[in-house]
Amino acid sequence: MEMEIKRETTKYNWFSMFWEGFTSMSRMSKTLWIVAIVKLIIMFFILKPFFFPNLLDTNYENEADKAEHVRTELFRKALANE
Amino acid sequence: MDLLSASAVNWSRAQFALTAGYHWLFVPLTIGLGLIMAIMESLYVKTGDLKWKAATKFWQKIFGINFAIGIATGIILEFQFGTNWSNYSWFVGDIFGAPLAIEGILAFFLEATFVSIMFFGWNRVSKKMHLTSTWLVFVGASLSAFWILVANAWMQYPAGMEFNPDSVRNEMNDFWAVAFSPVAYNKFLHTTFSCWAVGAAFVAAISGWYLLKGRHADFAIKSLKIGSLVGLVSFIMLAVTGDGSAYHVAQKQPMKLAAMEGLYKGTEGAGLVAVGMLNPAKEKYNDDVDPYIFKIEIPKLLSLLGYRNINAFVPGIVDIIEGGYTLPDGTTSLSFQERRERGLKAIQALADYQTAKKEGRDADAANHETILRENYAHFGYGYLETEEELIPNIPLTFYSFHLMVMIGLYFILFFVIMLYFLYKKDMVNSRWLQYVALWSLPLAYLASQLGWVVAEVGRQPWTIQDILPVQAASSAISAQNVITTFILFAVLFTSLLVAEVTIMVKQIRKGPDSEELNS
Repeated sequence: MEMEIKRETTKYNWFSMFWEGFTSMSRMSKTLWIVAIVKLIIMFFILKPFFFPNLLDTNYENEADKAEHVRTELFRKALANE
Repeated sequence: MDLLSASAVNWSRAQFALTAGYHWLFVPLTIGLGLIMAIMESLYVKTGDLKWKAATKFWQKIFGINFAIGIATGIILEFQFGTNWSNYSWFVGDIFGAPLAIEGILAFFLEATFVSIMFFGWNRVSKKMHLTSTWLVFVGASLSAFWILVANAWMQYPAGMEFNPDSVRNEMNDFWAVAFSPVAYNKFLHTTFSCWAVGAAFVAAISGWYLLKGRHADFAIKSLKIGSLVGLVSFIMLAVTGDGSAYHVAQKQPMKLAAMEGLYKGTEGAGLVAVGMLNPAKEKYNDDVDPYIFKIEIPKLLSLLGYRNINAFVPGIVDIIEGGYTLPDGTTSLSFQERRERGLKAIQALADYQTAKKEGRDADAANHETILRENYAHFGYGYLETEEELIPNIPLTFYSFHLMVMIGLYFILFFVIMLYFLYKKDMVNSRWLQYVALWSLPLAYLASQLGWVVAEVGRQPWTIQDILPVQAASSAISAQNVITTFILFAVLFTSLLVAEVTIMVKQIRKGPDSEELNS
């Protein structure tokens, strides 16, 4: 019984810590959250999908095809120097 | 290499340098301030002095600004691997991916979890729990750096792997050789101390500013004492681990060492250039033009640092290209041309291996695989056309290295003087030293960036030392695409930096909580 009460108290403290922390943030903290979230949105929802596709994943379906492409590329680039 | 792809490679390199350089403005302060605020909080918990608590909370706010704005800026570097450097990404396989994955899963989440307790947990969790969280934020940030540096060190000294010609990937066969290679742990220590050094210089600068303004003198002196101690230890340890770096560079990347010193012709008992100016009239590595306009050398020191022997032979650029000198393992070094031939043989063997496999000629495939393995250590040389391609940018490497060392020595002197004034003189009224503290901050950041310039420019043309040069590592993409994203990144990162500086300046002007300071 005592164990249970202790666990409940701990749970409550953790929850209230985060709840109160987020709800009583200063103006500066809120600004920082906005900057961080906008930055992450730009990075993951604009830059990554539109400007930084994984070329091998986009153009080749399986590992063997990717390996073949890289092998061909490595050979082609060496030949270009000969 | 044709002009168009050369341009794409160079823009890809410039883009990586831009993003890494900006990212590295945020990281050192996170780790450096992380340590300083953890020390301050430890003093608060030990002594119960609320002034230490106020100081901790103030530096935590600055840490928070830097953390929030800098967080995830490194992920942009990972985006570039898949787009601009897809051959490299595939070729390194899990060796590069594993440390980055550990970094993302373990270290970053450790850091992120305890950051929230650190900020929200004051007066909500016990003092000891809070202190533990603060230390774990610092440990998490350092672990995060460790795994990134393991990945970087592997590129400088590829170990613990075997090339698989079927998958065209280097596969890890010894995790511990990758994670704890001598290059990796030395790099980690050197880089970590550089972060502490930036944190210390930052604390000294802001504290100096408060003293100049006649505000929060007690807080500023307390901060200066911790900052100066951390700073002095860091810069001394930077010299010690810098010695370790020089040793490893001499063993594993002799061309980088030659570039750092502007050493064209090798010699026994080589001296270390303390101060020097390169001769811009030197156009070819093997012409007879003196590489220096002037130089002041410390006799024998380069041999001692690089080989632990004052009379050791240190190869210059000409020696590395022409070969024929005795390597530390007793073998004779190959010339550039010999290594190029062996590199081409390895590349051809890789192509022949695949053809033989496809045609079911297993015995031939085994034969080609043997040739590939025998020559794999020279694989990357097959992509280099001329000797000059093997030489990194000498002036940039040389001046970056020497300026970094000079700034390091300056800071040792600076922190010794600072500690002397803090403990023996009247720091509050020493305005000249307060000005010096304030204006030294850019130097700390500069040295931190220069260290990376030496490490990364000095190892050109390699993405993986001796195995894969930049032109083979890059994707077949147009320069125009890279230029577009270069501009986007420049705008994004500059905006983030402006936001950081603006918010930080506002917070610094506001200062620590007066109520807490006077409690």
